[in-house]
This record gives sequence, structure tokens and C-alpha cells, in this order.
Amino acid sequence: MPTSDPISIEFPTRRRGQLSPPDEYAELRARPGLVKSALPNGSTVWLVTRHEDVRTVLTDPRISASPTHPGFPTIGRNGTVPHPDQIPGWFVAYDPPDHTRFRKALIPEFTVRRVGELRPAVQRIVDGRIDAMLAGGTTADLVAAFALPVPSLIICELLGVPRTDRELFESRTQVLVTFTSTDDERDAAAQDLLLYINKLIAMKQRFPGRDLTSRLLRAGVLTPKEISGVALLLLIAGHETTANNIALGVVMLLLNRQWINAPGVVEEVLRYLSVADRVALRVAVEDVEIGGQLIRAGEGIVPLGASANHDEGTFGHAEQFDPSRSARHHVAFGYGVHQCLGQNLVRIEMDTVFGTLFRRIPTLELDQAVEDLPFKYDGVLFGLHALPVRW
Amino acid sequence: MNVTRINVNAQRCIGAGQCVLIAPEVFDQTDEGTVTVLADTVDGSAQGVVREAVRACPSKSISLTEG
Repeated sequence: MPTSDPISIEFPTRRRGQLSPPDEYAELRARPGLVKSALPNGSTVWLVTRHEDVRTVLTDPRISASPTHPGFPTIGRNGTVPHPDQIPGWFVAYDPPDHTRFRKALIPEFTVRRVGELRPAVQRIVDGRIDAMLAGGTTADLVAAFALPVPSLIICELLGVPRTDRELFESRTQVLVTFTSTDDERDAAAQDLLLYINKLIAMKQRFPGRDLTSRLLRAGVLTPKEISGVALLLLIAGHETTANNIALGVVMLLLNRQWINAPGVVEEVLRYLSVADRVALRVAVEDVEIGGQLIRAGEGIVPLGASANHDEGTFGHAEQFDPSRSARHHVAFGYGVHQCLGQNLVRIEMDTVFGTLFRRIPTLELDQAVEDLPFKYDGVLFGLHALPVRW
Repeated sequence: MNVTRINVNAQRCIGAGQCVLIAPEVFDQTDEGTVTVLADTVDGSAQGVVREAVRACPSKSISLTEG
């Protein structure tokens, strides 16, 4: 086991106006071993930056995704994974075998075939938001008018939220992802959503439909209380992440118009931006060696997805946005048993958005210089607070 | 010609569906969401996409035996 003292660095952040990951990542990947860093809340974690090491962290059974273990890292308020006994069914916070029951119950709902059935609904939702933007004039904030409502409406479709309730659902989810919301407003919105989801479940028990909520209830593997936690998790995990990929993906394509209709665009946008760079937080529950560094039980680990996805050893000319590459082995959706359940729905959403938006609004352009755009530099997720566009 | 045999482990599989997206002529998902093969062996250019599926699989549920 190596014994040299690791260095400690400031937690890397993205540079202003830059869509690529923090510059420090390349230096960290080139160093032997791992480095330590202090999180904004003062706790110390190991940063893992190489593609192979990130994949190892996300699959090693001695490393846990459960915040019940001492030493589990937290990044800011929004990054705090709820304690499992606060929300039953919040299964991203479970390890196997507890996690396995949830994953097995849910994967039939997210097969390539099943999510493919949602494509017409996705197209209808995307067209509806574009119609509304076009009716509203020749400028818009693409985040508020398009990138946020599209995934939220698709989650409504998936869960079987009736049309008459979508405004309530949408208004509360907006509070959760709006930068200026206070903690109290967020708590109240989350509470309202959980109450609404419980109401939805009661409704689906009496009047089942063809939606995910009804099917999970019918299958009977998960309890109604667990299903309500799962529904909230699907909403939170699938909303802002997708919105950020849509908004930033549009920026990428406006800056690289030659790629607009290229087949590999979705995968390369996912790889290049890696919006969920710091989402997969972990803790060692036994001593484990990663990348030549001994990590002790109880020490926090942050596998940096954006760094893994820009590892030159895995992706040649990684710093270039190149949809012609084969990027399928990126870790933008994570890796191992917790890899994003909704990834194939996200792919359909992004594919429909990019394919429709530039076809229907071919004169679409930025209404603000890239370097002045309000990027979410310090958030848990990389994204944009707003995206002024004109056509 | 070299023939590659495809082995899958449905118990390990977490239903991410990456293999189905990459090589739909070789892999499929059951109603339970886990992997199943449509072809036990591949040759020629199909070997490349099958290797890509192995590399992308998040649960290491696919392995190849090169013939």
C-alpha cells in the first residue's frame, strides 16, 4: 500500500463562461494516487478523477451509497441525500441487497421498448412548448419556457398525473429548482409534492391506468408508501438534470451548428457536459485501495463523473466536442447498480428536443454572449439559471 | 472466420439497456427488463458493436469468448 501523504486541494469549480469541466481535473488525473479536498461544509473527501477509478468506486462492494454510514459526504443543501428513513423508497440511498428489490421492481418500466412507447407523448409535449414560445414573440428564456417544463410534463405523463393537476405539479417542481427559492419555500414545495403524490397513489388504487404508478401498485412488490418515495425520487432525479442537459446542449449546438443533425449528438452532449459531475457521493465501509491510494473505512469519496468523461486515456481528444466519436461508455449517468434508471427516457427526450427545436426554429440564436450566461457554477448540478434566446 | 460467443448474466443485469441500444440485433430485454441474447455468436463487423456493448454495460453482465 502506498504511504506517501496525499495533497489536499480546494474543491475544483468551473471557470466562468466555460462549458468544459474544471481545468484542475486534467492535472489531478495525471498525478499518481488520489487527492483530498475539503467540501464547502468543511468535511474532507477523496476526489477520484480517472475513468477506470471512477468505475471501480461505483462498483466496489466495500464502498457504500448510503448516507446512514458515518463519514458520508454532503455537498450543499440540495446535494444532501435524504436519510432513508425520512423517505421510504428513496432507493439511490440503499446498497444491495435492499437496493436490488427496488431496481428489479422498476426496470420493467424503463426498458428500451417501454420508454420507446413514450416517444409520441414526448414529441407532443416538445411541440406544445415550442408552439407556446413561438406564440409569445421572438425572444424567450429557453430554461423557463422550455427546458424545465418539458421534462416535468414528461414525468407527469410517466406517473399518470392527470392534465388538470399538472399546473400544481409544475408550479411546485419549479420552486424546487429555482435558484432564488428560500429553504422554507423548498421545504413547503417538497411537502406539497409528497402530499400530492400520496393523493395520486390513492386515486390510482381506485382508478388504475396504464401509467407507471398504477403498474407498480398492481405488481405489489413495493408498498404504496415506497411507491410514493420512488415517484418523488423519479421527479427530482429526472427534472433538473434533464433540463440542464437540454439548455446546455442547445448552447453546445448553437456554438457547433455543423453537428446539429449528427447521430451521436445526445451521447456526446451527455459526455461533454456531465452535468451530474458531483452527484454520486460515496463512503468506504471497509479499507479499500483505489487508484493506488488507501482509503480508510469511514472516509468520504467523490467520484467526479465529468473528469472521468474527459479522461484522455479513455476518450481521445476528450476536450473536443465530437459527436462522431463512440462515447457510449461515458459515466454521465453513473455506473454500477445505481446507474440512472431513466437514462433511456432522457435519451429520447434529448433526441426529440434537438431534432425538433432546430427544425422548427432554424433561426434560433443566443441573445447573450456565452461568457455572460448565468451558469450554475457552484450548484450540485451544472446548468443554466436562464438562457436568453431569439429567433 | 473468427466467431465470438456471447455470454450474458441476467442475474447480475440491472436493466440499463445499453446493449440493446448499441446492438439491437444481438441483445434484447425480457419483460422483467433484464438482458437476453438474440444471437449466441457473432462474426465479422458485428464483433465491434458487441465489444462496445461489453464496454458500456454498467453491471459487467456481458462477456465474450473469442473463438
